[in-house]
Amino acid sequence: MNLDFTKDQDMIRKSVAEFVAKECPYEHVKELEESDVGYSPELWKKMAELGWMQIYFPEEYGGLGDPFMDLMIIIEEMGKTATPSPFFSTVIQCGLTILEGGSEEQKKELLPKIANGQLIMALAQYEEEASYLPSGITMPAQLSGDHYVLNGAKMFVMDGNIADRLIVAARSEDAGITLFLVDAKDPGITCTKMPAIGMDNVCEVVFKGVEVPKEDVIGEPGRGWEILERMSQKAVVAKCAEMLGGCKVSIDMTADYAKKRVQYGKPIGGFQAIQHYMANMQLAYDTSINYLYKVAWMIDEGMDISQEASALKAQVNEAYKFITERGVQIHGGVGTTREFNIALFYRRAKSAEYVLGDTDYHYEKVAQSLGM
Amino acid sequence: MDFQLTKEQQALKEEFEDFFREEMKNAPPEYGHGGLEGVYATEEGFRFHKYMAKKLGEKGWLSRPWPKEYGGVEAPLMEQLIFNEVAAYHRAPGVDPFGIGMFAPTLLVGANEEQKKRLLPPLAKGETFYCQGWSEPDAGSDLASLTTTAVKDGDHYVINGQKTWTSGAHRADHMFLLARTDPDSTRSRGLSMFNLRMDYPGIEVSPILYMDNKHLYNDVFFNNVRIPEYDRIGAENDGWNLTRATMNFERSGAGVFAAAKTTLQEIIDYVKTTKRDGKFLSENPIVRQKIAKLFIDTEVGQALAYRITWLQQQGGLIFAASAASESKVFGTELSQRMANYATEIMGLYGQLEESQWAPMEGTMATLYQFCTGMNIWAGSNEIQRNLIAWVGLNLPRFK
Repeated sequence: MNLDFTKDQDMIRKSVAEFVAKECPYEHVKELEESDVGYSPELWKKMAELGWMQIYFPEEYGGLGDPFMDLMIIIEEMGKTATPSPFFSTVIQCGLTILEGGSEEQKKELLPKIANGQLIMALAQYEEEASYLPSGITMPAQLSGDHYVLNGAKMFVMDGNIADRLIVAARSEDAGITLFLVDAKDPGITCTKMPAIGMDNVCEVVFKGVEVPKEDVIGEPGRGWEILERMSQKAVVAKCAEMLGGCKVSIDMTADYAKKRVQYGKPIGGFQAIQHYMANMQLAYDTSINYLYKVAWMIDEGMDISQEASALKAQVNEAYKFITERGVQIHGGVGTTREFNIALFYRRAKSAEYVLGDTDYHYEKVAQSLGM
Repeated sequence: MDFQLTKEQQALKEEFEDFFREEMKNAPPEYGHGGLEGVYATEEGFRFHKYMAKKLGEKGWLSRPWPKEYGGVEAPLMEQLIFNEVAAYHRAPGVDPFGIGMFAPTLLVGANEEQKKRLLPPLAKGETFYCQGWSEPDAGSDLASLTTTAVKDGDHYVINGQKTWTSGAHRADHMFLLARTDPDSTRSRGLSMFNLRMDYPGIEVSPILYMDNKHLYNDVFFNNVRIPEYDRIGAENDGWNLTRATMNFERSGAGVFAAAKTTLQEIIDYVKTTKRDGKFLSENPIVRQKIAKLFIDTEVGQALAYRITWLQQQGGLIFAASAASESKVFGTELSQRMANYATEIMGLYGQLEESQWAPMEGTMATLYQFCTGMNIWAGSNEIQRNLIAWVGLNLPRFK
């Protein structure tokens, strides 16, 4: 047993932290939130040059073949500055979907481009009903000769507005849920950004007679859900790393504020009401973060994490909301303003809650895993 | 990062498992789900505790972490954690929480050679049983304000005063006592630690019945009790520092989460086999959610406990101290949540104590009552939260 990170991992963490602190201060994050594209292409390019997108992909696909733990560290640190980027949609959701389910050709074509930052991708899974279950995927994929035709609307597509390629989950009549690689610039596609709490790139994407060649199916027809599930388990761990990065800075900035803010002649951090809030926040963080590391380790060991991934997401969903909500409360009035950064994380906690399943969804998965 | 037990740790764990699985078959019904009530409330429970202590002593497992010269094998903290987890998972008694858990580490740090040679071997063999003479009616969370006095008289000290909430004082044969030796002192400076026998003249033990009418706690009155000077542990007036000397022993709370896993499995078995309104309870979405939540709590609590022990082992004592407070808060409040959820899920049956009608032998109704005490003992959860804020987050301390 060894619960320390390696020296190399400590160095990765340090270099990512320094980079994002310098390149993406909170003022910049808020500017990006107000922009149409919602991210910084320059910053994205620099991140690619640093090799962050290569980390986890195998060497034969342009990656570095490093452990998931290293990827997790990078994401955790990016979470601390709330760095807006298509990293999660492109590298994690779409990259892992291709890695888990793609053909050799697809992997060879797409993964190196993701790994060097040339290609931005988005996953189109949810629909109007907003179900996380397979039954929520109803958009038809009509087989017509050597191609499929997609018609319908996808919702909550993160980074749909900036993606070059989409992965679309649709239902083929004979095979069931199938994943398609689709050119995002197809004239049959219209993409509209939806205004959301996270001020991020959640989009509605409408497909009208979009033709997809048969060879652009990921995996085999009908295997879509299984691939999504495999991707989701790892992606949940990545998302939770980002969220816990947000938890950590929220606690730190709140503790700093509580030490500086004076009322009744004393720093408010000396009042027990505030101390007990903060102790509860720290407790929510420490229980979550150590579990995150354990589950990330399990991924690298090739262990089944279907139960743990759901336990982790439910835990971190609630921890992040709790920590940021108390953070705003301890900040008092200024905590509710656009200027103060705690509110940024309060909003992010809500949008992250929905990613890859909300708390109720994951509670149910945990219950199933316990044989109930 | 590597969460896997080493081969040696794994083998050790299996050895512990085999022992406890076998020996727990000897538990009398009065022992119930164990814990302090299981051990102290009945003659039968305490007899089983003593039986297990003797067995553990024969194996050398009570003294594993101690230095070799006092009968230990200097077992690292992680091995202590594994032992504590396995024992808790089986709800096993035998490790005196006061003698082995608190006093022995204090002796190792603060006692002289003669005291170590005299007091440690009977503890290691599971022959002496201690209670903890710390809390007083007016000194609970604020322990340093205690007023029981120890006045030097030749080669003895004379003790007067009262201790309270003394778990198991009616069964223990010894006490480790914190008393004021400097009459001019007010707070932590003038206190000394003593080892004393409970059969000394002038000691009166009187029960404080718990809300479920069980006898665990006691008041202990001292009326001119004479303790030989050689039983003062550490320097005179240095007792407060000794109360802090136990930092280097396993305090992750891992056992609480291991025990919670056992209980949770029993709750799961219950909901999967019990029908109400034509459906198994396990089909009810509210029940499913409550159980999922409890499961997650046991998982993340365990991860925290391992982290604490790891950091303690690596010398990261500051985080470990704050996180040990977190583990105490989380573990005790988890027990409370578990008891509350379980008794809610059981419906009307949730109120029943051990009887032919009670689900899970009435243990959840017992826990529902007992857990309130856990949030208060060993430093109330409010004080623990203060410590987390002061030590972990560097917020200003109140004086």
